[in-house]
Amino acid sequence: MEAATTHDAPHAGPHEAHPRGLLRWLSSTNHKDIGTLYLWFSLLMFFFAGSLAMLVRAELFQPGLQIVQPEVFNQLTTMHGLIMIFGAIMPAFVGFANWQVPLMIGAPDMAFPRLNNWSFWLLPAAATLLVGSFFAPGGAAAGGWTMYPPLYIQGGIAYDMTILAIHILGVSSVMGAINIIVTILNLRAPGMTLMQMPLFVWTWLITAYLLVAVMPVLACVITMLLTDRHFGTHFFNAAGGGDPVMFQHIFWFFGHPEVYIMILPAFGIVSTILPTFARKPLFGYASMVWAVASIAFLSFIVWAHHMFTTGMPAGGQLFFMYTTMLIAVPTGVKVFNWVATLWRGSLTFETPMLFALAFICLFTIGGFSGLVLALVPVDIQLQDTYYVVAHFHYVLFSGAAMSIMGGVYYWLPKWTGHMYDERLGKLHFWLTTIAFNLTFFPMHFLGLAGMPRRIPDYALQFAQFNMVSSLGAFLLGASQLIFLIAVVKCIRGGRAAGDRPWEGADTLEWTLSSPPPYHSFATPPAIAPLHK
Amino acid sequence: MSAHTPPARLLRHRPAPARVHPATPHAPSATLAAPLRAALGALCALLPALAGADYAINLQTPATGIAHDIYDLHTTILWICAGIVVVVFVPMLIAVARHRKSLGHAPRQFHEHARLEVAWTVVPVFILIAMAWPATQTVLAMKDTSAADLTIKVTGHQWKWEYEYLGAQADENIRFISTLATPRAQIDNQAPKDESYLLAVDRPLVVPTGRKIRLVLTSSDVIHAWWIPAFGVKQDAIPGFIRDTWFRVDAAGTYRGQCAELCGVGHGFMPIVVEAVPPERFDAWRGEQKALLAASAAAAGKTYALAELKTLGEKVYAANCASCHQANGAGIPGAFPALSGSALVAGPKAGHIDRVFNGKTGTAMAAFGKQLSDLDLAAVLTYERNSWNNKTGDTVQPAEIAALRH
Repeated sequence: MEAATTHDAPHAGPHEAHPRGLLRWLSSTNHKDIGTLYLWFSLLMFFFAGSLAMLVRAELFQPGLQIVQPEVFNQLTTMHGLIMIFGAIMPAFVGFANWQVPLMIGAPDMAFPRLNNWSFWLLPAAATLLVGSFFAPGGAAAGGWTMYPPLYIQGGIAYDMTILAIHILGVSSVMGAINIIVTILNLRAPGMTLMQMPLFVWTWLITAYLLVAVMPVLACVITMLLTDRHFGTHFFNAAGGGDPVMFQHIFWFFGHPEVYIMILPAFGIVSTILPTFARKPLFGYASMVWAVASIAFLSFIVWAHHMFTTGMPAGGQLFFMYTTMLIAVPTGVKVFNWVATLWRGSLTFETPMLFALAFICLFTIGGFSGLVLALVPVDIQLQDTYYVVAHFHYVLFSGAAMSIMGGVYYWLPKWTGHMYDERLGKLHFWLTTIAFNLTFFPMHFLGLAGMPRRIPDYALQFAQFNMVSSLGAFLLGASQLIFLIAVVKCIRGGRAAGDRPWEGADTLEWTLSSPPPYHSFATPPAIAPLHK
Repeated sequence: MSAHTPPARLLRHRPAPARVHPATPHAPSATLAAPLRAALGALCALLPALAGADYAINLQTPATGIAHDIYDLHTTILWICAGIVVVVFVPMLIAVARHRKSLGHAPRQFHEHARLEVAWTVVPVFILIAMAWPATQTVLAMKDTSAADLTIKVTGHQWKWEYEYLGAQADENIRFISTLATPRAQIDNQAPKDESYLLAVDRPLVVPTGRKIRLVLTSSDVIHAWWIPAFGVKQDAIPGFIRDTWFRVDAAGTYRGQCAELCGVGHGFMPIVVEAVPPERFDAWRGEQKALLAASAAAAGKTYALAELKTLGEKVYAANCASCHQANGAGIPGAFPALSGSALVAGPKAGHIDRVFNGKTGTAMAAFGKQLSDLDLAAVLTYERNSWNNKTGDTVQPAEIAALRH
């Protein structure tokens, strides 16, 4: 791939000047500061939405209603989903993009620094609306994160607050995505061709296009929901000539690419970590790029596999089944390439590598359950059961969230200048991996045996696995406090990391000091021509 | 008709496991510190869980041909996945075990292999085609709702199911509503939970065995989904639209399922129970139902005393109103209005009757005129007007409701 040949010019003096205190963060246009803000924001939301999940699991610990009543339970599941997706996972990846994309392509900053500031500062406003909706009359939105009408039409003011919050988050995402696209296309160091970019940059370029394509679709559909609620339209009301199922079509046209928005950057992080700790280049770089691009393309033509039970014609079901199964091909290519990257390497097992290896195993399990769900007849049996809950947590927790954790450990030395505590990191990794599987693996069995999702109470034959799952969830939640401790400890001190703490790392950020200067690559680095 | 296979056929566990009840025999002595007790309790629960002998870890026993096909499809794809696991993870494990820096393994710097890359792109395509073929056959079979022996209209309501057997003529139709039969005390942990906890209804759907039953589904409010796992049938019930599906049950017995689409507060509390009986028993049952319908029409013509109406009304209220407005009539502030002390409920009859009969658009308040009988409506209205803080002292008679229907 690429190789940096020159060290960046030393930075000091007037370049370092910036406001101190709160004003630094409020007014910052610096990609590193904004990246830090995004990452802290997402961690906060991760803990908040995680606490909601703890309450859900506490209620499901035993049959019967103990902790919360059904209307509160529905609010908890709904807001857990919305906040994890829009508040934790997506902003975390944008945080990585902010920190890493300019550093990895040798750019001085993002292309639109002020837009960058605004993209971030919209988030706290949206989060306030979402969290505040719990205090609205009647409580938070309780119609599921998918917001299906007509149920979503029935709710109170919190439902409008949620729509407004998602609008704001959508605007933020689109602005962030435009910024990333322009940065990658225009600000690469001279000599770095597209096919020389680190794979993480490639995955974010494609993700950003997905965001620009589908966030407006989400904005449209929730606006239609809003006008149905308040302004007498009947988009989704059959009595006025509308169709509730049309909502699902539009929503999932956004929703399926959204799934890949949350996993493609994870592919990028894993594809960065594995070569570093295998001490050999990523296997099949070109086919990795093509695989990501084909997954992104296919994501636009599979949406109705979320809707097989709505009762579409056989032709429709078969089309969406075939396209969905096709996704297994590029996904398989990625997994094979990762394994080939490990093959005959010189492996070491620092915390980031452990997360990347767990990612391959557990994400693959999520891929298998996805393949099972692609088959229409099996999907009809498993739709809206705990099997689906297991499936998307294997993809989103052990996929997206664990890749984020691995990425944080990988780049923390660069960001802070200190090595993290390897023992804490490994403890966090092992507890997370064990607790995750304890929580979510039994859910496959629950779903197969017939337990619907989104229910606050369940029949007795589901009691044992639910108890195991709840115990796992409490351990999983508690383990994340170790993550917080490890991060804070690393920021406050620790062994000096040096410019390049990882022997096998070869991307541009490792040519800079740790932490990098406030303004880096003011003069672009020289890139060696592609060696083939 | 319930004397066939015991309901336990779907509940593959020991009857009423003691550990899920509040008063568990595992409860250790009170001298133990609370955290230790909690840990012990968890361990007691975990040990049998890990033993795993009586756990349902696969799809329920299929009761229809389609459910059999689904079961087989699932098993096949699971074996294919197991094969891929071997192909992917064995090399990975070897690399992790042997190609370590700590063992002095030097990295080989290869990063491409055209033939290998083509192979692992093309071979999966053929595996997928092999998988898609049987799945396609099953999809086409599931979609074929033609030539049904019996058609039943299923309407989802928040939070109950309405069944209507469509006869040759409109007046031959049998129509009834099926609601959760599990007592509230069991849900609130004030009574031991019985074996069919949350999976029992007051009136099951009765169907003949060996016949092709076509369901046409719709909804009166939000989207629900009618699901019996053992039949391999799950179909959304969509307001304003009709969808259809079908099943043919081979063996007589009781089959249980639940609503599978989030539909509000009572989503977890609208089970589905199907009683499959031999065709001759089904015909007898159908005759009984017609007689019952005639009797209930006669009952609606009578005039009732306040106490009689209140007693019946309390049951109707518990089944239809209490999940939102609560058993004590206090509602849930901000979400569902209180009935106790409500100006509408304790005010003039006409306004109260109109709200219950016609519902309120844009809210979860359904038009119960379409769901309940004249007598049930009269009873529940009378109950609401004379319960909690409401003391109107008046009654609503079935005839007053009947007048609205014309």
